Amino acid sequence: MKRRQPARGVLFIAAGLVASSCGGRQSAVDAAGIQAERLESLWWIFFWVTAVVYVVVMVLLIVAFFRNKRSNEEERPDTIPDPTRENRATRIVGGAVAITVITLFVLMITSFRAGRAVNSLGEKPPDLSIKVTGHQWWWEVEYQDEGNPSNNVTTANELHVPIGRTVKIMLQSNDVIHSLWMPNLHGKKDLVPIYPTTFYFEADKPGNYWGQCAEFCGYEHAKMRIAITAESPEDFQTWLNAGRRTPPPPSDGTVESRGRDIFLQSVCAQCHTVSGTNAAGRVGPNLTHIAARPYIAAGSLQNTGENLEAWITDPQHIKPGVYMPMNQYSDDDLLALTAYLKSLK
Amino acid sequence: MTKEELEQKQSSDITPEVIGSERAILERTWDNGKGFYAWLTDCNHKSVGIRYIVTAFIFFVMSGSLAVTMRTQLMGPENRILGPDMYNQFFTTHGTSMMFLFAVPVMLGMGVYLVPLMIGTREIAFPRMNLYSYYLFLFAGILLFVALILNIGPDAGWFAYVPLSGPEFGIGKRVDVWSQVVSITEISALAVAVNIVVTIFKQRAPGMSLSRMPLYVWSMLVTAFMIIFAMPAVMLSSTLLSMDRLSKVSTHFFNAAEGGDPLLWQHLFWFFGHPEVYIIFLPATGFVSMIIATFARRRTFGYTALVMSAIATAFIGFGVWVHHMFATPLPQLGQSIFTASSMLIVIPNGVQIFCWVTTLWLGKWNIKAPLVWIFGFFGIFVLGGLTGVMLASVPLDTQLHDTFFVVAHFHYVLIGGGIFPLFGAIYYWFPKMTGRMLNNTAGVVNAVLMFIGFNMVFFPMHILGLDGMPRRVYTYATETGWGNLNMLATIGAYVMAIAAIVFVVNVVYSFLRGPIAGDNPWGADTLEWSVSSPPPTYNYQYIPEIEGPNALWDMTKDHAVVTGLHLYSRELLHTTIHDASPEKRHQTHGPSIFPLLTAIITAGGFITFMFTPWSVPTAMFLSAVCLFGWFWSNSTQHRPPFASIKDNLIYDDGGVPREVAI
Repeated sequence: MKRRQPARGVLFIAAGLVASSCGGRQSAVDAAGIQAERLESLWWIFFWVTAVVYVVVMVLLIVAFFRNKRSNEEERPDTIPDPTRENRATRIVGGAVAITVITLFVLMITSFRAGRAVNSLGEKPPDLSIKVTGHQWWWEVEYQDEGNPSNNVTTANELHVPIGRTVKIMLQSNDVIHSLWMPNLHGKKDLVPIYPTTFYFEADKPGNYWGQCAEFCGYEHAKMRIAITAESPEDFQTWLNAGRRTPPPPSDGTVESRGRDIFLQSVCAQCHTVSGTNAAGRVGPNLTHIAARPYIAAGSLQNTGENLEAWITDPQHIKPGVYMPMNQYSDDDLLALTAYLKSLK
Repeated sequence: MTKEELEQKQSSDITPEVIGSERAILERTWDNGKGFYAWLTDCNHKSVGIRYIVTAFIFFVMSGSLAVTMRTQLMGPENRILGPDMYNQFFTTHGTSMMFLFAVPVMLGMGVYLVPLMIGTREIAFPRMNLYSYYLFLFAGILLFVALILNIGPDAGWFAYVPLSGPEFGIGKRVDVWSQVVSITEISALAVAVNIVVTIFKQRAPGMSLSRMPLYVWSMLVTAFMIIFAMPAVMLSSTLLSMDRLSKVSTHFFNAAEGGDPLLWQHLFWFFGHPEVYIIFLPATGFVSMIIATFARRRTFGYTALVMSAIATAFIGFGVWVHHMFATPLPQLGQSIFTASSMLIVIPNGVQIFCWVTTLWLGKWNIKAPLVWIFGFFGIFVLGGLTGVMLASVPLDTQLHDTFFVVAHFHYVLIGGGIFPLFGAIYYWFPKMTGRMLNNTAGVVNAVLMFIGFNMVFFPMHILGLDGMPRRVYTYATETGWGNLNMLATIGAYVMAIAAIVFVVNVVYSFLRGPIAGDNPWGADTLEWSVSSPPPTYNYQYIPEIEGPNALWDMTKDHAVVTGLHLYSRELLHTTIHDASPEKRHQTHGPSIFPLLTAIITAGGFITFMFTPWSVPTAMFLSAVCLFGWFWSNSTQHRPPFASIKDNLIYDDGGVPREVAI
């Protein structure tokens, strides 16, 4: 790691500006797992080699600029150049080409080796299988328990992973092409309809990271993000167990219970699922544990009461083009509805 | 013809009186008339070439303003200047227009103007088809921008990936506009490519064997061949897409639900899409070679190596397309092969850079605006090429693909490798095209501003991409921390816009008031500098014989010229492909209204295909009618009768006949 830090400094200083809050939440040069780390060291190898090549070419031109004689359009052109000079130049150019070929070959082998290393994790059985489905413009995430499918946990736009464990991601899309990119953990992989695919990764550093759709998928491509939490296996298990529980129904007469009734009787239930109720829509994200999620609207908004209200009332203002319609509720109803959603922990 | 007859003929040749009277006849024969109708029908390669260049620059300014607007939207997080709907239309139109309506057409336009002059012929091989191709290009551009103004601009990206661009998700006529713009411009590009290949192969001045061809002509030849092999792939894919989308046809080529394949689109598109960047880059390498030779005052170092590099680039360029698809679910081993081929293509490009640097190293520099643009080319293109090496690596590409890093990379190669040499070329050949010099100081300021602005826009994008910013996003969250670098990039975009304004002002002012340029203001080598600026319609009254690898620099005072081409009809000299020894005379064609009519029918057929399949038979019938008129007016009996002074083609070498050809 020591070797890398100054390099990053060089890169940033060269731009003259350091991104103000690159706290490692979404960056390909801030690896939080073994795969991303290999990719990062590959990047720095390529960076240094190409930087040297660039500097050499520029220095040659700058030296030529200062040492070469000036001329004008009257100057007699050199049509029969001095053969000794030409031959020497030919040998030097030939040498430069040979160095280029060798450098490229080395880079190619390095790249192949890194590629193998990144993919080698898939050779042993994973500790955890997660199915990620891309939708316009949100991520459906399903934790699969092959032994007992009733233990499956479905959530949206968030990914919890235990550190030090092999995670298998199964990707699929039912609409257009998306691409899942979690730069701190792994390179991107496209979700192409009729081409389900998988990749494996391991998170080593606990923390919060961002993933984002990297293949243009229509209007709200920009707001299709996924919040990743890498945590200790114990914390992860706690989270997963919470996800497996059906949230208890609100007690009668409370504002939450009124909110539930509104939820079930208005359009909400046509698109969204809440386990333990009649709401079983599959068009929009599963809301069974929405209150436990840090963000709503695929990472566009923090999950606060005001944001929820704003989102329910006018999602088109926040994410123009989103498939969720505008909803008109009285202030009381809206309050009850958000109270209900906030109770879904 | 006997020797005596020949000598008798010869005695009357090339006295000042003969030159004067013959020139007057040639002027009349090649006159295209005046007025609006003549303007519509004028198919001289120089008029068409300049129209191509001017039109392409207008599209450049329009799509450049789209880019500045997009940069304004991205200047800070959560900006709301453009919504996603407008932003998606803008970036799709920007990409489509820059690729199909600016970069390729402007390179072809330069080729159409320069190649016949540079190889010493009077006209391009198929002047009417050339005019037809221009009109198609113009109509496609109008279609795209009118659609954008009507809010039906394409919005699925310039790559139009299915299923997003398919009938299910790409609703309305937006993507249809894209596919028809692409189809129309590619017909136009194919027509020019064929034209350039035939012109170069058959019409070079005697003595200009392949090994003496200027490097620019080589680069255009290779480019034209690349177009012939690459463009059909994108025309096929855009046609299949429009058939999938047209409700009365509804084929299922890309419809996964009915056995179609979304990845098929990507293969077809990138099989064209990657060679496309070399189609833009190779002509620019020609500009670089020409400008460096002229302003370093020596022959280009490594002529053969440069020619071989261009050819190698063309071949390998067709074998790298999968590096655009490294993130798709394709088999690993197959991807590795494309890593190898993508790295392989660095070698010929490296050879080119080394040869140019060596030429400069061994030369004496005449530092003028065109050369300053070439310095900018080195500074930018080399960096872009090196980031290209990174993108060739499959594992690294999974991090860099579809991020702002890639946006930075391809703007470095396309603007650095294509546009900087192009601007250099405009500063270089403007005197030839207009007869007036561009202001040199303004040219240097222009180049420096463009260089600074460019690096301000695109260098930060490398870091943004590594920092996780994906491409094609209309906005980003505040907490991503991408705001500062985006602000810097946006300021750079305005600097680039100022540079573009300096250029436009310089061009307009110099066109009206610039100092008069002589025939050869730069002391350059290639043939076009031997004729007046601007050149006469017929380019060469007497086509010179080429005596060495450097056309003008090797030319002796009493060099041989070709005489005996018909004065009363538009006649060209055909030479053999390899040695360029005279073969025959060929009559070419003058102005005609049919190219315009046929172009209207062709473009109309494509545009109406957005709505009904009946446009195909209708357009076929109507274009058959037009082509009938076109070919009818081509046939010889409708041309002015022969009234030749000389029937045979003779080399005139100061009175001694050397060779006779029919």
